[in-house]
Amino acid sequence: MEKVLMKGNEALAEGALRAGCKAYFGYPITPSSEIAEYMARKLPDSDGVFLQAESEIAAINMVYGAASTGARVMTASSGPGISLKQEGISYIAEAELPCLIINISRGGPGLGGIQPAQSDYFQATRGGGHGDYHVMVLAPASVQEMMDFAIEGFELADKYRIPVMIMAEGTLGQMMEPIILREPVTKFYDKPWATTGCKGRKPNVITTLHLPPEELEQRNKHLKNKYDEIKSKEKRAEAFMVEDAELVLVAFGLMSRVAKKAVIEARKNGIKAGLIRPITLWPFPDQHIIEAAETAKIFVSLEINMGQMVEDIKLALNGRAKADFYGRIGVIPNPEEITKVVFGIAEREGL
Amino acid sequence: MAEKQVLFAGFGGQGVLSMGQFLTHAALSAGKHVSWVPSYGAEMRGGTANCLVTISDEEISSPVTENPLMAVILNRPSLDKFENKIKPNGTLVVNSSLVDREPERDDLKILKIPVNKLADELGNPRGANMILLGAYMEKTQVVEVERTLEYFDVIFKGKKEEIIQKNKEAFLAGIEYARRHW
Repeated sequence: MEKVLMKGNEALAEGALRAGCKAYFGYPITPSSEIAEYMARKLPDSDGVFLQAESEIAAINMVYGAASTGARVMTASSGPGISLKQEGISYIAEAELPCLIINISRGGPGLGGIQPAQSDYFQATRGGGHGDYHVMVLAPASVQEMMDFAIEGFELADKYRIPVMIMAEGTLGQMMEPIILREPVTKFYDKPWATTGCKGRKPNVITTLHLPPEELEQRNKHLKNKYDEIKSKEKRAEAFMVEDAELVLVAFGLMSRVAKKAVIEARKNGIKAGLIRPITLWPFPDQHIIEAAETAKIFVSLEINMGQMVEDIKLALNGRAKADFYGRIGVIPNPEEITKVVFGIAEREGL
Repeated sequence: MAEKQVLFAGFGGQGVLSMGQFLTHAALSAGKHVSWVPSYGAEMRGGTANCLVTISDEEISSPVTENPLMAVILNRPSLDKFENKIKPNGTLVVNSSLVDREPERDDLKILKIPVNKLADELGNPRGANMILLGAYMEKTQVVEVERTLEYFDVIFKGKKEEIIQKNKEAFLAGIEYARRHW
């Protein structure tokens, strides 16, 4: 099949269009802006809406409104902009509206910098805004997956009526790789809950206000049941050479490809290394970790932050094996650097 | 072919990112696996810019590296920054029009070319990057040059015919230089 070269951000935007995305609301921020630019070029031609809002807060509330109508809608931003959107994301999660939210991540806290990071892991996987809720989080590792996950993200969002977030390091948004263009989605979910005009039927009401205590608790229980179902069905990870691994690296996104190279180098040197790459960050693929712990003595979380996913690894392990961490920020560490880290830990642990 | 990584580095505005993109397109046309990773954000005219291209017959694991096999250096600050990063026995291509010192490493294959001077002589000062790319690709055949010439128009798809021709002229001038001097 013919491959085309695309930037990660462009591939993601094209994937969204092929998934039938009809509306984009956003406010530009490096390193995510090519998504908005691409949508601005393409959406008006496909009978869609592109709107550069006055702020991120306005943009996410436009997503809230448009998603209420049942349309496939998305927004994209980076760190500080995603923080601004959190109030709206909480409302959308409670209203159980499907939408796609993109975080092409940069380093924080505060304005931070524009260089790649994974430091929004906690924010993404713990809901991010107020109240008990989750968004599903997908972490692509290649430009191909930027396209694939945009389509998959919309499917999951509609299937579970949940906001889906794609989180990718800035570098993945900016880099180019050849990809195979996916076929456009032609079969869509029915959305009997959508506010599409109520002539001949009872009005659909979308609200997040539940003042009676029983009603509020019922809503939260309902959401919890949904999250439990997602946890039981949708945990995804890629395992590489873990069958007999004594030292297992855990890394997501572009970082996982660097880790893979380090695993190959370690194996050449007689170290039984392996890699688990979480594809869903929420729900976290804890079962993969538990299974690998049958042979692994130590897990090393490699992150482009100061140590966040390592907590989920520890929760999954629950004392079964040791968990260590190595992280940088504002830079994708090189395979040479990670290989050194792996050799160091293997030596220290006598592996 | 094992995985080969080449770094392009220079001032913003010298066409560093475009060189990498051209090579990336050429590699794709030749059926290779390829990735292009830019230093992003801080580029501006006069600032520094670089990009890393990885070309392989197999799937590419890491598209980043600390130690590229080859570096194509367009200015002095980039030579200072990257000379020591190149893999042992790697290749260093230097724009001798703007780099006013000799490389210090003695294990590298060093290829010098005065691209700005050649571009001026060609009457196409903006074609310097394509001259350098032509010479580099001819010498290393990291992607077959003959193949690249076949796909030249495809790679520049969407550009004006005049622009394509000027770039091709510059590219051919680079090939010619490599054949004569390297």
